[in-house]
Amino acid sequence: MRTYLRLFVAGFRRQSTYRLAAFGGLVANTAFGLLKVALLFAAVRTSGGELAGYDVAMMSSYIWISQGMLGSVNLTGRTEIADRIRTGDVAVDFLRPLDVHLASVTTEVGRAVFALIPRGIPSVVIGALLVGMAVPEDPWAYPLGAVSLLLGIVVSATTVYLVGVSGFWLLETRGVALLYMVVSGFLAGLFVPIALFPDWLRLVATATPFPAMMMYPVDVLSGRVGGAAAVGLVALQVLWLVLTVAAGQLATRAGRRRLEVQGG
Amino acid sequence: MITPTIGPIIETHDLGRDFRVRDGLRRRTVVAVDRLSIRVEPGEAVGYIGANGAGKSTTIKLLTGILMPTRGTVATCGLRPMADRRRLAREVGVVFGQRTQLWWDLPVRDSLRLLASIHALGRVAERERTDELVERLELAEFLGTPVRQLSLGQRMRAEVAAALLHSPRLVILDEPTIGLDVLSKQRLREFLIAERSRHGTTLLLTTHDMGDVERLCDRILLVDRGSLVYDGTLAGLSRTVGAERVLVVDLAEPTPDLADVPDTRHLGSEAGGMRQRLAFDPESTTAARVLASLSDRAELVDLAVEEPEIEEIVRRIYASRR
Ligand SMILES: Nc1ncnc2c1ncn2[C@@H]1O[C@H](COP(=O)(O)OP(=O)(O)OP(=O)(O)O)[C@@H](O)[C@H]1O
Ligand SMILES: [Mg+2]
Repeated sequence: MRTYLRLFVAGFRRQSTYRLAAFGGLVANTAFGLLKVALLFAAVRTSGGELAGYDVAMMSSYIWISQGMLGSVNLTGRTEIADRIRTGDVAVDFLRPLDVHLASVTTEVGRAVFALIPRGIPSVVIGALLVGMAVPEDPWAYPLGAVSLLLGIVVSATTVYLVGVSGFWLLETRGVALLYMVVSGFLAGLFVPIALFPDWLRLVATATPFPAMMMYPVDVLSGRVGGAAAVGLVALQVLWLVLTVAAGQLATRAGRRRLEVQGG
Repeated sequence: MITPTIGPIIETHDLGRDFRVRDGLRRRTVVAVDRLSIRVEPGEAVGYIGANGAGKSTTIKLLTGILMPTRGTVATCGLRPMADRRRLAREVGVVFGQRTQLWWDLPVRDSLRLLASIHALGRVAERERTDELVERLELAEFLGTPVRQLSLGQRMRAEVAAALLHSPRLVILDEPTIGLDVLSKQRLREFLIAERSRHGTTLLLTTHDMGDVERLCDRILLVDRGSLVYDGTLAGLSRTVGAERVLVVDLAEPTPDLADVPDTRHLGSEAGGMRQRLAFDPESTTAARVLASLSDRAELVDLAVEEPEIEEIVRRIYASRR
């Protein structure tokens, strides 16, 4: 346990060495956030100040929290484990007295949590200062939101890990990663809130782990969903966590038997 | 710190591993390791040698539970590498010359700390072992440097420290001296010799540098196309191919070619005959006997005996099997 905590801290510290990249990420986040503001605010206003339960202030919260999570939630499909399998460096991981799956996810989560500092929090602050946003009145929304945020980050790491370990079977995982990138951002609610989806598409999204990575934490953090419903979303996140972790364990175990370490 | 093992530290029986590779459209099986049966006792230092693609790295991956065998059995430190991978990881330290086990973007010190925690070393054990390795591998000057900024020689030393931090009973090194300059190689070898004598560590190393084998190993395993073709000492290896040794003598004055010394072959003369080279077969005569015959014929000033090149011997063994 202590070991995995250290791995978490290592992921955190490693990320902290890339300050310039973090700054670049924040600038991009903010630019795209302003673009979303322009488009989504217009949509809210044309429908008479309210769209699927979103007013302008709530839409702003959605935009800036989701933009802020972008540095921490992996919606690109690219992972270190995929590279390590491709290059054969995963051999080194198997030489350690660790669960390779958990170690990889823990490191990834450490990195993601760090990214909240230079990208997540500033993004929300910038958004609040530039366009203002709604804040939850219920004090419980804050601790529950924090839990939901962390769960979102972890579910994203455990899900994208599955993309990475497809490399045990496929020589080239870039195709899978690309597909993941196209699908995950959309279904996670990065571009428009899931509440704006047509019913059938919302159903599709709910059947995937993607909303658990971003939409649910945003809903809880912004106070759009509160009370028992918020607890329900968090429970749904836990369910996705359990499912993806189980899948990751199985895939790692099966993949190891097929592993062909490339090079040297 | 070292728990005595009962029985061999490495034991394989008819071990084999195939790879399926795509060759254009067809699929083909590459036999990387085949019918490998070896036994290494605790405390030995074994050189695992063979040409490129002979199957050395694959064997190491089979021994450490990275790859699953296609055939046969393998036990390392009395454990089954695939099933007991995590337990085995505490007993074995592996250096892959071409890979890093350090965290690229963290300082060396942090990598070592992280590894200590991964191996669940206690505080005192961690400090003592780290201090020992830092001192003997001379890591102090770059402990705070991120790994990506290290020179190859520095990184290699850090790699060795990383692999040995948990005081493994078995240390496996896959081309540890690749790309190092003469001095760095020398230092690394000295470190390994010292480590072995202090802790009784078992060493298994693959290398293309015969200096490593000569200095470090008291036993050689030679593989050819995945199979073991020789198991024994270095001297024995040259004997099996009947390799000749060469006696180089410096004489007091220019002397005609010494072509009539019994059991020798005259290879050449330099400096008008003041230096001459004679080959002899250690099976049929000795250096002493050749010297005795020589001193009847000329006055010796200096002499040297050249050992046969191991690469030459390996080449010959391979040739005799083709
Ligand atoms: N992942 C893999 N997929 C396909 N073939 C492989 C794989 N790994 C090794 N091989 C093949 O198995 C054989 C043995 O390779 P191995 O790496 O064990 O050789 P080696 O003795 O370590 O060589 P070198 O001295 O060049 O490091 C080679 O023919 C190699 O091409
Ligand atoms: Mg090799």
